[in-house]
Amino acid sequence: MSEIVNERYELNKNLAQMLKGGVIMDVTSPKEAEIAEKAGAVAVMALQKVPADLRKEGKVARMADPKIILEIKSAVSIPVMAKVRIGHFVEAQILEALGIDYIDESEVLTPADEEHHIDKWKFKAAFVCGARDLGEALRRIQEGASMIRTKGEAGTGNVVEAVRHLRRINKQISYAASLNSDELYAYAKELGVSYELLKKTAELKRLPVVNFAAGGIATPADAALMMQLGADGVFVGSGIFKSKNPEKRARAIVMATTYYNDPKILAEISYDLGEEMEGIDLRNLSEHELLQFRGN
Amino acid sequence: MKTIGVLAFQGGVIEHVKKIEELGAKPQLVKKKEDLKSLDGLILPGGESTTIGKFLIETGLKDQILSLIYEGMPVWGTCAGAILLSKNIKNQGSGVLPVLNIVIERNAYGSQLDSFKKEVFVPRFNIATECIFIRAPRIVEVAEGVEVLAELETPIAVLQKNILATTFHPELTSQNYWHSFFVENVVK
Repeated sequence: MSEIVNERYELNKNLAQMLKGGVIMDVTSPKEAEIAEKAGAVAVMALQKVPADLRKEGKVARMADPKIILEIKSAVSIPVMAKVRIGHFVEAQILEALGIDYIDESEVLTPADEEHHIDKWKFKAAFVCGARDLGEALRRIQEGASMIRTKGEAGTGNVVEAVRHLRRINKQISYAASLNSDELYAYAKELGVSYELLKKTAELKRLPVVNFAAGGIATPADAALMMQLGADGVFVGSGIFKSKNPEKRARAIVMATTYYNDPKILAEISYDLGEEMEGIDLRNLSEHELLQFRGN
Repeated sequence: MKTIGVLAFQGGVIEHVKKIEELGAKPQLVKKKEDLKSLDGLILPGGESTTIGKFLIETGLKDQILSLIYEGMPVWGTCAGAILLSKNIKNQGSGVLPVLNIVIERNAYGSQLDSFKKEVFVPRFNIATECIFIRAPRIVEVAEGVEVLAELETPIAVLQKNILATTFHPELTSQNYWHSFFVENVVK
């Protein structure tokens, strides 16, 4: 890696640092983007359809039309992110050409490549990728992701998978931190990651990049739960615009992400929010309906 | 020991906290009115100025911080923090805490692809410091009474009595020049 590539990567990590403690919201129109910004979102994710609708349709889901992305970009002053299919480096090239602030190489869209993720070092643009465990997170970082999010199970309004993924990553980091150097070599091999990166993670006792929670977060309490479990911030998708009162709920989730440690304030925030999005019990989904297994 | 508050709604909070500790001062996270008691200075970190501004208004911290600044409490805004302190935001009215006599333009350099790092000589310190600009604002006008401490074509660090503003992020570097300037010279 050249020094220039390193400097770019550091700057991209730095933007993620500035998003910490904030909420990033999925939006499909300039109007939704404005609602998100007004509610206090630190960034928006521009999408053609929210995960709950993508899930229902079962069609091929692709990068959003640049028209939608640019309309959203001009509607708000906060950073704009957009999703590309796993491995679809041409969609990523297009987003970079559009001047997008962050690219999400996402399992929520239909994968374009079942074996390879995008070589993110080839891009100047910043990338965020999903992970279910430490191995996945570090492999994405090795490929050049400058931000990680838990995969959770998007479009379900069910937080259980996001909790599982964050707890698993934390547990694996504590385990790595307890190992001596020869054990660490073996663990790196087991996870399929470089020894240096695993060692750095063990020393820091956290991922070397910002880690947000995502997938199934639907209530202020869900957001606060993920923050108390150690997330640096929260992504919210269908949970907001599939609920009865998106403005109020969006604002409440933003407040809860900041006051995550204050049950009294959380009680006030959660009061009378109206009907939440309908959740899906994951036990009723078959394995091919789960998005999180896309892209290891 | 000096107690330095860091506004902690969102953004680069922990990075400032670490710098304050390195300098042997006491950091205090500020999220509620009671956190503002007996601070010697306050840092408004980088993040999203719209988000942080919204919290300042809704929690009522805005009015309390404003009166503390009028009473002379030292305050330092980095990036988004600088926007919050500006009396004039180009084409967008004023910051939520409009005390600093400058005109500032948000995201003036472009998108994240235009974020950059540069070493800039600071006459006051007689040394070049590492400056990291992340979707940074640009100070486009400076009124009388505002001292320009560093420039990169346009002013990037300004001081007006007890109010310091930098459009870049010293908390993201391994250097301590700006933090020790704030803690030792602005905070008295």
